[in-house]
Amino acid sequence: MADQVIYAMYDDDDVLKDGAKKLVAKGVKVEEVFSPFPIHGIDPIIGVEQTRLGIFAFIYGLIGLTLATIGMRYFMIVDWPMNIGGKPSFSYLENILSFIPISFEFTVLCAAHGMAITYLIANRTLPGMKAQNPDPRTTDDRFVMELRASQNKQFTAEELEALVKETGIVELEQKTI
Amino acid sequence: MHKEAAIREPLILGHKTYHDITEDVCKPIEDKAPKTWYLLFGIALIIGLYGVGCILYLLGTGVGVWGLNKTIGWAWDITNFVWWVGIGHAGTLISAVLLLFRQKWRMAINRSAEAMTIFAVFMAGLFPLIHMGRLWLGYWVLPLPNQFGSLWVNFNSPLLWDVFAISTYLSVSLVFWYIGLIPDFATIRDRAKKPISKKMYSILSFGWSGRAKHWNRFELVSLVLAGLATPLVFSVHSIVSFDFATSVIPGWHTTIFPPYFVAGAVFSGFAMVQTLLLVMRKAMKLEAYIHTKHVEYMNIVIMVTGSIVGTAYITELFISWYSGVEYEAYAFINRATGPYWWAYWAMMTCNVISPQLMWFRKLRRSLLFTFFISIIVNIGMWFERYVIIVTSIHRDYLPSSWSMHYPSHIDLGVYIGTIGLFFVFFLLFARYFPVLALNEVKTILKSSGESYKNAPDDHHPEPTPAPVEAAPVAEAPVVEEKKEEASPAEETKADDNASTEESEDSGKLNASAQLMSAIGPATEANKDDLKKLSGVGPAFESALNAAGIYTFEQVSKMTKKEYDLMDSITGKFPGKAEKEDWASQAKELMNK
Repeated sequence: MADQVIYAMYDDDDVLKDGAKKLVAKGVKVEEVFSPFPIHGIDPIIGVEQTRLGIFAFIYGLIGLTLATIGMRYFMIVDWPMNIGGKPSFSYLENILSFIPISFEFTVLCAAHGMAITYLIANRTLPGMKAQNPDPRTTDDRFVMELRASQNKQFTAEELEALVKETGIVELEQKTI
Repeated sequence: MHKEAAIREPLILGHKTYHDITEDVCKPIEDKAPKTWYLLFGIALIIGLYGVGCILYLLGTGVGVWGLNKTIGWAWDITNFVWWVGIGHAGTLISAVLLLFRQKWRMAINRSAEAMTIFAVFMAGLFPLIHMGRLWLGYWVLPLPNQFGSLWVNFNSPLLWDVFAISTYLSVSLVFWYIGLIPDFATIRDRAKKPISKKMYSILSFGWSGRAKHWNRFELVSLVLAGLATPLVFSVHSIVSFDFATSVIPGWHTTIFPPYFVAGAVFSGFAMVQTLLLVMRKAMKLEAYIHTKHVEYMNIVIMVTGSIVGTAYITELFISWYSGVEYEAYAFINRATGPYWWAYWAMMTCNVISPQLMWFRKLRRSLLFTFFISIIVNIGMWFERYVIIVTSIHRDYLPSSWSMHYPSHIDLGVYIGTIGLFFVFFLLFARYFPVLALNEVKTILKSSGESYKNAPDDHHPEPTPAPVEAAPVAEAPVVEEKKEEASPAEETKADDNASTEESEDSGKLNASAQLMSAIGPATEANKDDLKKLSGVGPAFESALNAAGIYTFEQVSKMTKKEYDLMDSITGKFPGKAEKEDWASQAKELMNK
């Protein structure tokens, strides 16, 4: 389905933020914002929800901790207990102190890598992927707001354009996708 | 947005825009490398290859080519290992711990410090691997099912903890570093003109587009990784110290080792960061981003961690006597007065005395002195490990087996070779990677950039600072002066003198007009409660109102010149407004 897209370009993050605030107040849906660095405070304005990656990291960490515990219990207690000066070698809990460093390291390893991989997949940023920013300058010093006609049916294309033009843009581009 | 006190030194000097930051960092990558780069790279490569040759000879012949003997079974290999791991502690400390503490100055140095960390840990990891003698059996350190009756590795051993700690540290640091690099690779990709570099950087940037949701995730991932990396940094060197602390060798089995090793690691890591960055900022013309203030901050870290290390040395010495254990006491007497006294005193001088010089502001702000001290600290920290390792074991329980350690040329070659390889990696990094975290530095431009900070109106979301603000004003000279206001300190001073004279000459009427044109007119209708400014009572307020000052917005635009004008009109409490910094107060009040 063909859709009209408006790319409004700004040269300042705060101008874009104020512009987005005004547009959203008027009932315009802002589809996306492309910026060279994180604009703090833009997410609630354009309705981007806080990511749940933190919860994922926690879960990956727990998985790591569990794996380390199961592994070390099997290696050191069940399969091949070591007799060190006749000390008890048949109980995990009584030997837990020497297992703490590796449990910790493995927890961190799983949490960090699990989260990093999830992050890359969730972002669709993987080696060989194509960049999707509408203008190469959005990774330098330009900030682009993307509006879609299909999501703003209450406005005509001209009205939308007029609204956007009031917000201090430096360039405007219309595209049909 | 992050707010910062006006009296703090700006972190980004000069009148930088977002584009300038991109330009300054990307230019060295896009331009041809200077001759000195090729020269340095060539030297580093030759040294590195010599090291590789020594390692190959060692692997072919056996560990016997090192100057070890039956008393001293551990010497330069483990010394170099601990030295490199220690150096590898600054990067992640800067990017993780300082991120959690919201230290914005880290942004200028974290990228290169992390690169340094990763390369240093590469070098560190090399030593335990070649020390095995049979490198191709290196996978035996992992708990893999095997044909020896399923004989597992010993999970009680600190050496195995080391395997897990170092490999976790290396891989997590690498991930942390790369996630920060992705958006910056995208910046280079979008600027690249040559097809090959465009292709390379688009692969490296993973198709990063800078969507709002991506940035949202990016910030959380950075924060959580920082949270994970922080205890990791502390655990790694603690575990390295367990290699010694859990043994029964006098001089090694001290409980003070973990915190002392961590402090020492940060100490040496920051010294190496200083060594590298002081050269890099000059060579790559990044003086506006990495300047005296950053160096000073790092020197303070060196001073603090150096003091911790010094305290630990002295505590160790005291405890060896206080414990009443003769072996322990002898180990320390032998360190200070035995045949290795020179190593001990080199360590003491380099690590205890030299950081104390950083108490002097003049010295810690001197770049040349800092560079000198950073080299001294690097040397001192190598001696620390040498003293701990070799002097503790060269005179063991049995005097008949007492011995000395003489490094062979292979010992030397491997060590120098790792320094060469390290610089090969670091030079490649400086050539092809963005050495400054572009996306992070841009976020602090408005709060810590010099032009934004000194501009009288930084609460306005103007794309460019002061000059544009002043544009609507009719009088040309005022525009001129406004521009000057935001430029380096000396010029401002000269300008201030000129403007004071000027205002003395002109009459009250003229002063009032000048004041209004600078701060903008206002009426009684939208007046603010000026009594909220410190030192303003009802009488003073009406005097201000009479002078045409009604709103906080007007006051917030005031600089030295306007204060003087205002004082000349109201004739009350001269200098009060400037002393109390009304402009900043007014800014605060406006934003309430």
